[in-house]
Amino acid sequence: MKIVTAIIKPFKLDEVRDALTALGAHGMTVTEVKGYGRQKGHTEIYRGAEYAVSFLPKLKVEVAVASELVSQTIDAITSAARTGEIGDGKIFVTALDQAVRIRTGERDQEAI
Amino acid sequence: MKSRFLPRIAPKAIGLGLLMAAGAAGMAFADAAGPVVNKGDNAWMLTSSALVLMMSIPGLALFYGGMVRTKNMASMLSQVFAIVAMVGVVWCLYGYSMAFTEGSHELVPFAGGDHPWLGFLEGYQWNNLVGGFDRAFLKGITPDSNVPTFSNGVVIPEYTYMVFQMTFAMITPALIVGSLAERMKFSAVFVFILLWVTFIYFPIAHGVWYWAGPDAIGDAAKALADAPDDAAKAAAQTNLDAVLNNAGYFNKLGALDFAGGTVVHINSGIAGFVGCLILGKRIGYPHDIEPPHSVTMSMIGASLLWVGWFGFNAGSNLEATGMASLAFVNTMVATAAAALGWMFTEWLFKGKPSLLGMVSGAVAGLVAVTPASGFAGPMGSIVLGIVAGSACFTMCAYVKPKFGYDDALDVFGVHCIGGIIGAIGTGILVAPYLGGTGLTDYTIKPGFASAGDYDMKAQVIIQAKNVLFTLLWSGIGSAILYKFVDLIIGLRPTKQAELEGLDITDHGERAYNP
Repeated sequence: MKIVTAIIKPFKLDEVRDALTALGAHGMTVTEVKGYGRQKGHTEIYRGAEYAVSFLPKLKVEVAVASELVSQTIDAITSAARTGEIGDGKIFVTALDQAVRIRTGERDQEAI
Repeated sequence: MKSRFLPRIAPKAIGLGLLMAAGAAGMAFADAAGPVVNKGDNAWMLTSSALVLMMSIPGLALFYGGMVRTKNMASMLSQVFAIVAMVGVVWCLYGYSMAFTEGSHELVPFAGGDHPWLGFLEGYQWNNLVGGFDRAFLKGITPDSNVPTFSNGVVIPEYTYMVFQMTFAMITPALIVGSLAERMKFSAVFVFILLWVTFIYFPIAHGVWYWAGPDAIGDAAKALADAPDDAAKAAAQTNLDAVLNNAGYFNKLGALDFAGGTVVHINSGIAGFVGCLILGKRIGYPHDIEPPHSVTMSMIGASLLWVGWFGFNAGSNLEATGMASLAFVNTMVATAAAALGWMFTEWLFKGKPSLLGMVSGAVAGLVAVTPASGFAGPMGSIVLGIVAGSACFTMCAYVKPKFGYDDALDVFGVHCIGGIIGAIGTGILVAPYLGGTGLTDYTIKPGFASAGDYDMKAQVIIQAKNVLFTLLWSGIGSAILYKFVDLIIGLRPTKQAELEGLDITDHGERAYNP
C-alpha cells in the first residue's frame, strides 16, 4: 500500500477528484496548504504597492492506494492537474504500513 | 445655509448676542422664549449623529482592520473602539466646552506686538483658538437649551448639537492610528490620543467652527441699521464688530470647511504622517510585510463609511433642508467619481482594477468632498472626486514607495492629501459660475442670509492659509506629543512583541481562533 500525496493548484481539485474516482479511489483527504517550489511565490498589488507573496495557497490531496495502482494514480493526477504553467505542483509517494477502518476494524487492503 | 464665516455654531451665540446688545456681561443661553426647535431638524440631527458613530465603529475599524495582518486585527479594532469610548467621555468633561464656547479675550503670549518677528500674532486673543470652560461637565445644558444653526431664527437642541460634534471628535483621532498600525503600544496610543484631542483637535475645531451664529450677527446688524443718531450708531457698530469678532480665527478669515476637511482630515492625516516618521517602519517593511489580510473586511468598512458619511456631511447642515439634500448628493457623486478615478488610474498604470483600490478611492472622494459638500454643485463634486481619486492613488502607489516612509494604512496619502485637495477645491468650486452656492453674508440684510462677495483668488488664499496653519499646528504639536509619550511610557513594543503581533501581546486575545 502506498500514500500518494499531490500538491496541486486549488482550482484543479474537481478535475483531480473526478479522475481518481474514475480510477476507483474510495476516498481522499484534502488540506489547504501554503508553499513554494520553483515558482518562488509571486507579487500581488495592494493600493499600488507590490507585496512579495512567497507562500502560495495550494491544496494537498492524500489518497491511499494499493501498490499496483500507484502508477495509474500518478498518471490520473498528472493529467488532471497539469496546466503546463509553472506552479502545477508535485506528487510524492510514500509507503503505507497499515490501514484500519475505525467503524468495522477492517485492516489494510479492506480498509482503504 | 453656509455662512461666509464657517458652518458651525457657537452654543451660546443667541443668548450672547442679545446680551451684548443689552450691554450686560456674563453667561446667557437661548431661553425657552426663543425660536422653537423643529422636530424634523432634531430627528435628522440625532440620526446623523448615530450615522457618524457608525463611521468609526464598525466602519473605520473594519476598513483599517482588513488591511493589517491577522496577528494585529484585534489590536486595530481595539484601538479604534477605545478611542471612540475615551473621546466620548472627554468630550463631556471638557472637550465640548473647549471647542464650542466663547474663550478668553486675553491676548495670547507674544501677541502684545513687542516682538517684531512675532508681529503676525499682534492683537490675537485666546478666543481665536480655544474656547472656555463654561460648559465643562456639560454644566448648564438642559433639554430646553438650544443652539443656532445657519438660518436666522432656527435652532436645534444643544444636547443634539453636543453629541453630533462628539462623534466628529471621536472619528478624527481614530483616523490617526492607521498610520501607526501594527507597531505602537496600546497604552501609548491611548495616552497620545488623549493629549492629541486636548491640545490639537479641540483648539482647531474652535478656530474653524466657532462663531456667534446668524441671529447674533443679524440682531447686531439690525441694531446698527436702526440706530437713531451718530452716538448710537458708533455703539452699535462697536457691538457688531464684537459679535463678528467672537469667532475662531479661521472662521473670521472666512475659511470654508463645511464638514471638516481641515479640522478632521488634514488634521489627522498630518498627525499620522508625523507619527509614522517618529515611530519608524514596521519590522520587515517594505519587503517582508504580508499583504492586507481581508480585502472583504476593508470593503465592508469602506461601505459603512460611505453610508455614515451622509450623517457627517449632510448632517453638518444642522437642519433638514434643501441644503442638506445638496450636501447629501455631493457626498454621493464625489465618492462614486473618486472610486472610478482611482480604479481607472490604477488599471492604466498597474494593469488591474483592484477592489481595495476602488474602496480606497471612495474614501479619498469622501474626504475631498467633506469641506465642499455644502458649497460645491454636484458637477463640481464629480470633478473633485475624480481628481482626489487619482491623486491619492499616485501618493500611495508612487510617492510613498519613493520616499520609503511607512504610513501603514495611507492616512497621509488619503486623508491629508485628499483633505488638501478638498480644502483648496472648495475655494474654487463654491464659485456660483461653477455651479457652487457662493458665499453668505448675514449682515447685509439683517435677519436674512444674503449672497456675499466672492473672489476666487482671495478665497483660495484663505483656504490655503487654513490648510497651512492646520499642517503646522497639528504637525508640530503632534511631534511634541509623540516625543512626550515616548519619554514617559515608550511608543513601540519590543521587537519580540511586534513580531508576535499586538493581538496577543497587548490584548491577550486573537481576532481569529481557528
